[in-house]
Amino acid sequence: MTTQLKKQSAVRWKLYQRAILDSFVKLNPRWMVRNPVMFVVEVGSLLTTVLWIQALFGKGEAPAGFIGGVALWLWFTVLFANFSEALAEGRGKAQAEALRKTRQTTQAKKLPHPDHQAKYELVASSALRKNDLFMVEAGDILPVDGEIVEGIASVDESAVTGESAPVIRESGGDRSAVTGGTRLLSDWLVVRVTADPGEGFLDRMISLVEGAKRQKTPNEIALDILLAGFTIIFLIVCATLLPYSLYSVGTAGVGTPITITVLVALLVCLIPTTIGGLLSAIGIAGMDRMIQRNVIAMSGRAVEAAGDVDVLLLDKTGTITLGNRQAVELIPVAGVSPRELAEAAQLSSLADETPEGRSIVVLAKEKYGLRGQTMGPSESAPQGMHFIPFSAQTRMSGVDFDGTSIRKGAPDTMLALVRSSGRPVPSDLQTYVDTIARSGGTPLVVARNGEALGVIHLKDIVKGGIKERFAQLRKMGIKTVMITGDNPLTAAAIAAEAGVDDFLAQATPEAKLKLIRDSQAGGRLVAMTGDGTNDAPALAQADVAVAMNTGTQPAREAANMVDLDSNPTKLIEIVEIGKQLLMTRGALTTFSIANDVSKYFAIIPAAFASTYPALGILNIMHLATPQSAILSAVIFNALIIIALIPLALKGVPYRAVGAARLLRDNLLIYGLGGLVAPFIGIKLIDLLLVALHLV
Amino acid sequence: MNIFSWLQLILYLVVLIALAKPLGLYMSRVYQGEHTFLDPVLRPVEKLIYRLSGVHPDEEMNWKVYAFAMLLFNGLGLFIVYVLQRLQGFLPLNPQGFGAVSPASAWNTAVSFVTNTNWQGYGGETTMSYLTQMLAMTVQNFVSAATGMAIVIAMIRGLARHTSKTIGNFWVDLTRSVLYILLPLSFILALVLVSQGVVQTFSQYKTAPLLQPITDANGNPVTQQVLAVGPAASQIAIKQLGTNGGGFFNANSAHPFENPTPISNFLEMLSILLIPAALCYSFGKMVGDTRQGWAILAVMTVIFVLLLSVTVWAEQTGNPAIASLGVDIKRTNLNPGGNMEGKEVRFGVANSALWATATTAASNGSVNSMHDSNMPLGGMIPMWLIHLGEVIYGGVGSGLYGMLAFVIVAVFVAGLMVGRTPEYLGKKIEAYEMKMASLILLIPVFTALVGTAIGVMTAAGKTGVYNPGPHGFSEILYAFSSATGNNGSAFAGLSVNTPFYNTALGIIMFFARFWLAIPALAIGGSLALKKKVPAGAGTLATHTPLFAAWLIAVVIIVGALGFLPALALGPIVEHLMIFH
Repeated sequence: MTTQLKKQSAVRWKLYQRAILDSFVKLNPRWMVRNPVMFVVEVGSLLTTVLWIQALFGKGEAPAGFIGGVALWLWFTVLFANFSEALAEGRGKAQAEALRKTRQTTQAKKLPHPDHQAKYELVASSALRKNDLFMVEAGDILPVDGEIVEGIASVDESAVTGESAPVIRESGGDRSAVTGGTRLLSDWLVVRVTADPGEGFLDRMISLVEGAKRQKTPNEIALDILLAGFTIIFLIVCATLLPYSLYSVGTAGVGTPITITVLVALLVCLIPTTIGGLLSAIGIAGMDRMIQRNVIAMSGRAVEAAGDVDVLLLDKTGTITLGNRQAVELIPVAGVSPRELAEAAQLSSLADETPEGRSIVVLAKEKYGLRGQTMGPSESAPQGMHFIPFSAQTRMSGVDFDGTSIRKGAPDTMLALVRSSGRPVPSDLQTYVDTIARSGGTPLVVARNGEALGVIHLKDIVKGGIKERFAQLRKMGIKTVMITGDNPLTAAAIAAEAGVDDFLAQATPEAKLKLIRDSQAGGRLVAMTGDGTNDAPALAQADVAVAMNTGTQPAREAANMVDLDSNPTKLIEIVEIGKQLLMTRGALTTFSIANDVSKYFAIIPAAFASTYPALGILNIMHLATPQSAILSAVIFNALIIIALIPLALKGVPYRAVGAARLLRDNLLIYGLGGLVAPFIGIKLIDLLLVALHLV
Repeated sequence: MNIFSWLQLILYLVVLIALAKPLGLYMSRVYQGEHTFLDPVLRPVEKLIYRLSGVHPDEEMNWKVYAFAMLLFNGLGLFIVYVLQRLQGFLPLNPQGFGAVSPASAWNTAVSFVTNTNWQGYGGETTMSYLTQMLAMTVQNFVSAATGMAIVIAMIRGLARHTSKTIGNFWVDLTRSVLYILLPLSFILALVLVSQGVVQTFSQYKTAPLLQPITDANGNPVTQQVLAVGPAASQIAIKQLGTNGGGFFNANSAHPFENPTPISNFLEMLSILLIPAALCYSFGKMVGDTRQGWAILAVMTVIFVLLLSVTVWAEQTGNPAIASLGVDIKRTNLNPGGNMEGKEVRFGVANSALWATATTAASNGSVNSMHDSNMPLGGMIPMWLIHLGEVIYGGVGSGLYGMLAFVIVAVFVAGLMVGRTPEYLGKKIEAYEMKMASLILLIPVFTALVGTAIGVMTAAGKTGVYNPGPHGFSEILYAFSSATGNNGSAFAGLSVNTPFYNTALGIIMFFARFWLAIPALAIGGSLALKKKVPAGAGTLATHTPLFAAWLIAVVIIVGALGFLPALALGPIVEHLMIFH
């Protein structure tokens, strides 16, 4: 345990080391110019450094110690911002690298044509190109991503998903994609390569967190413009302050004009350095959080869009309900005892290995206290029983023994059976059948020797807790739509039970695509999950499309995110991460601008103290000297970046409480907090500077 | 201040807000081409105008064509006003025989009236012929106001429409603004003003014997006085309603022929903010949610009341330097007290402070007292209202489109804080809108601050200053701010009828008007193209008190951050030097 902790802290230290180094590398102006706010700070740092050198030679506009102090903290401001970005990148890279390790260059068995018996040629995995074919056998590691063209095998995907249970992969159908780095446990596969080296989705993801290739997202660009606008405003404010100061000194006849050092300090304090410095770290951290949840986003834009999702399309089976229907009730017709029906139902399902069949046996045992029976010879059936499996022709299943024949099946076929054996159809049977169907259940009619005994009620079981999740989503303003192949009646009942807002019954791929298009035409953003090839068009159309890692290659290509855990409920977390990302940007922008008020109170009286001592009344923080006031503001401005790095990386917490509450809470914390916090911070730094005799 | 002063302020606000809805509703019907009660009279006139000018009223324009038509029209207006001033000596209706106005002054005045600024470097009654006053000034008073209204209506259409390439027809919006809104309102107001004693005549200036003869500087006795008259009431009505502010007489609405009685004063003040306030309601109506309009009107009103209180307080407090000379500035039942320098006795502190605040909240610029003589803070508030971007009610049209730029910035940050990419009224706010909104915020800071910097650095700028020191700085800052905000009011202690100020302020008025109008239209055009996102529980509501409070904070903080250092060196330090 302690060694593991040590190892972790060693890894973290290495991460920090690299980030520190990177923050210096990123000082390169060609890199800095991507971020206009911090570029201005860098130019300011350079300028004050030159002034400091000038002061060292005794020709300075102010004491060298003061100018040097300002210059030093301006450099720190730039470095802290770079550090935040480097740290976020480092964490993302570390996660990506852990994934990449799983796919170091391995040997690949390249095949000339798609035939597993053909003679293969051993090549390095990096030599494989798109559409090449290769062979993998039990024990091999898959060299690259691909699509199975032949074979079926069990695959250990724990390296990518962390899930230790092996999964089955086979050609055709919805489970034909394999990921590089996973290991074949049994059998063999012939696989076609789907991406050239460096273009697999892991590679794409790594490039998204690596600064150089990172593209700004649309919202980031818009925010950048706003921040640049503020920066220009403050540039004008500070630049014009020099002539104003000269004029004031001229007419007042006392004092000295404002120094360039103070102007630069004021400028840096005013421009939104907090958000400007942390902006790219916030974006990268959003991607990181996706990776932590085993979701790989193909673009930063997709993460952003996730916050905007208005409509969530969810498959019923597996997402909203457990995979299988279960028997919940046995309803005998008039004149039949419940026990009689339970016995017949139990017998008919003894050999039925489907989950539905097993649930009938369980229900008979638990609710009616019937002991288990066997198919072999027994008291009631000395010759043993003969199981009649379900077939598409008969559409029923059951058992035959000792001249008794028990059948269960869909109502219409069973009614036909009853009629054909000349028995009357019990008058209450149809009522029960209809009631069950209306409630969203599936009725199965049980008959013994052509005599209808009653109905089994099979029901979709809605996952525990899912209703609360949907209620949460509704509060977030997101509409949930259940997609199912069921008929509208069944779908409506399940939709009501699960608490979804809407459903699409008897869904075909075309109907899904149309639903998405219609929603989008109404201005809504749609998110969906999918895994099958027939989902691909809908995935391509959806704004946020999450493909299951178990899905087919076309599905994964059409999507803009891949969920390595193949967990359809993940969509909800993805939406939350998107919202967190946007909220963090907004909160820090508000904080950054609100900070400026206090800085005016620190710097304005200090800057004009020599000309207009009357302005001293604005020094409401009672900062010791003009120099300590200016230094304290600059130091606070730099330190706040470091202090907020954890928030930028973790994100502002999101709660599903509706927009109004969120805005109120965030305004109180980051708006009001941003107004007040620097007054306290600057005062404390000033006290410290005085205590240390630095000013 | 006594109880009656407070009652007057309250009455003013109540009447203003009460009129916003009916007038706003009427204007929204006018701009949406719906039936109005004036149709029987005006529809034939409107149709005739279109036929004569070859305008096809059903042809819609995209924002670029709209902006081009707007620029073309205003460019032509600029040319005509310039030429009329230069040639007035050869033209009729010039009973005083005024000659050509100097080129720099003519340029300044032309820009000033075309941009709805009505900065006056000249004295009307000693410079302009009746023809120039009517054909140049009064016509521009109408059409420059109508231009502002057309622009904001086009921008509103951008918010109201979806997936539309066009935002209306400039010629139609312009015509309807003048014909259905400005003309009828001015007609009524002019008649009421005449009833109060405002002059309206084409006759020569009158000569009246002095009751108390005086001697002039050379010791010669003076027994009579020339009283300037003219067609004033008609121009004053539109000068107030169209947030123009250019007075017929040099003393503007402090002149007894321009603003004789408390009733004329109340109506003139009301007219300043009437259309800008009502446009908020029209906005709500046109985007299909009147709550949105009320929210913006509430934001404007809250800021207005806050700042009005400061002005009233500063002026009522009076100047301790004057008190120390033995002048009684204390309020008693017989003496309203306060700072009466530069104020008309018939208006007093309350109505002078209210006018000063209203005229600068809107980009009107007419005055009934001299702002230069206000207390430092009483002068700072009007100046700062201009710095806020003339968005507290603001100029007709221009105030609302400036405010909508602030709304876009506020929505952008607040939208992020609720975890969505920002949207306003269902329209996504993206990089393009941010760029244009940033320009609208940025340009006034640039023109006002850089202009002032040039003013204080050059000899030409400094020579006009009568009071050096912080107050002189305030005078220069006020001049450039006024030009930037297309306001037109002035700290009169600065002599501005010089080639430097005429040229510099002219350039600033020009850019501050059109550099903001074009981005506003661009935002409209871009938003019109977008789809409308239906509102849900996760959408930021923009009609709530919470959002209104946030918008107030954004307007005030952005305004404060841009101008606090400059104000600190002017009125703030002047205030501190007087009181501490």
